[in-house]
Amino acid sequence: MRMTTSDDALARAAADGDAEAFSALITRHYDRVFRLAFRLTGVRAEAEDLCQDICAALPAKLGAFRGEARFSTWLYRVVVNATHDRRRRHATHARAADGWGEVELARRAEASEAAAALDWLTEAMRGLPEELRDTVALVLDEVTHAEAAEVLGISEGTVSWRMSEAKKRLRAMKEAEHG
Amino acid sequence: MADELDDLKAAMDAATPAPDPARRAENLRLAEENFARLQGLGDAARPTQQSGPMGRVLNGVATMMNVLTTRGGLAASTAIVAVGLIAILPELRAPNGVLIPKPSVIDGVARSTDQLGETLGLRENRAEAPPADDAFRGAPSTEADTDAVMAEPAMEAEIAEELADAPVAGLQSARRDQALTRESLIAPAPAEQKRARMSSDAIIVQPESDTEAFANAPQSALKVVTEEPVSTFSIDVDTASYSVVRSSLMAGRLPPRDAVRVEEIVNYFPYDYATSEAEHPFQPTISVVPTPWNEGTELVHIGIQGDMPAVEDRPPLNLVFLIDTSGSMQDANKLPLLKQSFRLMLSELRPEDEVSIVTYAGSAGQVLEPTRAAERSTILGALDRLEAGGSTAGQTGLQQAYAVAEGMAGDGEVTRVILATDGDFNVGLSDPEALKDFISEKRDSGTYLSVLGFGRGNLDDATMQALAQNGNGQAAYIDTLSEARKVLVDQLTGALFPIANDVKIQVEFNPGRIAEYRLIGYETRALNREDFNNDRVDAGDIGAGHRVTAIYEVAPVGSDAIRNGPLRYGVDQVAPVAGETDELGFFKLRYKRPGEGTSTLIETPIVSGSSAASEDVRFSVAMAGFGELLRGSAFLQNWSWADAIQLASGARGEDPYGYRAEAVTLMRLAETLDR
Repeated sequence: MRMTTSDDALARAAADGDAEAFSALITRHYDRVFRLAFRLTGVRAEAEDLCQDICAALPAKLGAFRGEARFSTWLYRVVVNATHDRRRRHATHARAADGWGEVELARRAEASEAAAALDWLTEAMRGLPEELRDTVALVLDEVTHAEAAEVLGISEGTVSWRMSEAKKRLRAMKEAEHG
Repeated sequence: MADELDDLKAAMDAATPAPDPARRAENLRLAEENFARLQGLGDAARPTQQSGPMGRVLNGVATMMNVLTTRGGLAASTAIVAVGLIAILPELRAPNGVLIPKPSVIDGVARSTDQLGETLGLRENRAEAPPADDAFRGAPSTEADTDAVMAEPAMEAEIAEELADAPVAGLQSARRDQALTRESLIAPAPAEQKRARMSSDAIIVQPESDTEAFANAPQSALKVVTEEPVSTFSIDVDTASYSVVRSSLMAGRLPPRDAVRVEEIVNYFPYDYATSEAEHPFQPTISVVPTPWNEGTELVHIGIQGDMPAVEDRPPLNLVFLIDTSGSMQDANKLPLLKQSFRLMLSELRPEDEVSIVTYAGSAGQVLEPTRAAERSTILGALDRLEAGGSTAGQTGLQQAYAVAEGMAGDGEVTRVILATDGDFNVGLSDPEALKDFISEKRDSGTYLSVLGFGRGNLDDATMQALAQNGNGQAAYIDTLSEARKVLVDQLTGALFPIANDVKIQVEFNPGRIAEYRLIGYETRALNREDFNNDRVDAGDIGAGHRVTAIYEVAPVGSDAIRNGPLRYGVDQVAPVAGETDELGFFKLRYKRPGEGTSTLIETPIVSGSSAASEDVRFSVAMAGFGELLRGSAFLQNWSWADAIQLASGARGEDPYGYRAEAVTLMRLAETLDR
């Protein structure tokens, strides 16, 4: 029954202290949080850790959710901010700097026939500057440009520009590959 | 056109793994636990002192992430694991009672040690503590470490101080963070584990973050009479320090030393000193008694009792409540307690008194037009509608409150702004100096300010003190309803009606009789010798019925308790005062009657009497000793908690409100904690 309740209603109930609503809410969104975390970092373990951070902090943060944005948008923003934060902290760490497509992915790719595709994905994501990478990760996650703009705190126009910029770069990469 | 993106999307979809079911379950459980804990605490996180809920939201996002980041948690836990404190891991809590993400210890530590090692260049010797200490010191500190530290408040003050010059620039909290790291690496005594465990429990009872600031100064030094015969200070009727001490002890911890202002502990209690005869609104009662902690010295005990005008005679009162409604005020011991307190107080007001309410930091603005106290239901209704939270709107709370107050003021009436806050002083003037100036300017034009502190965790005691001192008001800290009763009901008249302003005390000791002296407490109230006669120098005020106690410990000439030896080349020979005199010293007091610009002088010699110390004197001395014990004073020698308790319980007297009995209980608590 709870599952049919809207996110926003659940979030409000949770903010008022309804534990059941909170559980329903977080269970419903966990997989999406994880997916975005993975797409932003490109490392599975990182994504798991990020989820843990977010889960730990979410109850306290929920008080800050004021229904000004959709809950999912707000939650995405939390994920993106958490990721940025982590990145900043890892700034000196070589592994994190490159993030996308390190050991984990390589290992996963090893036995896989998708190895080539993965390599390409890794290459492609790595080839993009950070802000383009984040934008791409969001938009590829079936987030509209408008919502991505809200999540990233930039204008919709900037999102569109970033996407076309990303496309340009991807095309250039492809051409370099084939040419 | 979209080919590249489509390809990328397809690859991405293929590459995105499903979350690990075990981690998923674990993380969800963590979230639920933290949720339950937050609800149980009824305590919204207040991670920073950023003002206003919005500021907190925005900063909070970053801060909370820092606080709860796995790597940060691991950084702390690595240090802890390294010294075998692993037992306390599950009990580490962030200040708001939230579980720090429990790292899966085995895998987590290995990994984080790697990371840390790499970051800090520690790889070679990560198992060896001392080098790690240095490396940690230089390491960029993460906030999570800081918060892990909060689980170990036992080290708060001293260590922060000790590390004050550690080469890490930045926050005090950053230093504490190193403090934990260092301490746990170097001194992993079993006792520490116990303490950590105990205090992590205490933290649940009373979450306390590192944003508290206390005003204090180093203990007054022992003065040699021949060098510095004159001691000058301003009186102080605040009691906030006692409440802070109580709330710490009740939570099972010794208060931070800087939170202990001895004079406020002494002055917390009502004493029954002799009242004045006619001319002055109060008079000093001076007695000389033996020092309980030192046979070679004596105590000069000065008690001042303010007159209590009949309540019916008091002038009409205009009160403007300036109430902090920032999100953090919603805790049960803040806004709700405040509402209850004001309800109590309302019954003490007379029908013609007027009340107005202005809020700030949440929903800003005037909530209640000036309303006569007779219209009880209107006032109570407005009070009930107060809610914490909402965004920071206008920031002109203080100015607005004063504007309202000025509108209410009438001839012969007493007007006062009462600021109630948990530490958010974002009242509209951000520059502390400008704030003080504003308040003192308004004080000179006749509107006074009192400050009531609520809740612990973010309490900015230093600012509270500064504001109240500049506003001719009292700073009180309200932690329980009975404290609210004491401050707002039992002592309402005193707190709100000054009978004397700028009260300064100067004592000149007779070098023929006294060799050394020290003033107990009043460190933050010291004045320059020349300030005494300068009527433009502000000092403390005495309200109707207030009692003020000041105690000097003096070493008579020839006593074996004198600590400073004679000088070989100094002018040590004292020319005896003309004629043989029994006077130990000379007491002078200056005060201004309310509204007057010139001070009046009261003088009296201090002579050693033979009369036995009264109960009041003995109890106040016991309280001075209590404060000194809490501050770790070196002057007490071997005087113990047991001695203090014995002295206090023997002098409880009538104690109609039970304040003294409570103090004895607190001393017992402190005794058990101070081991």
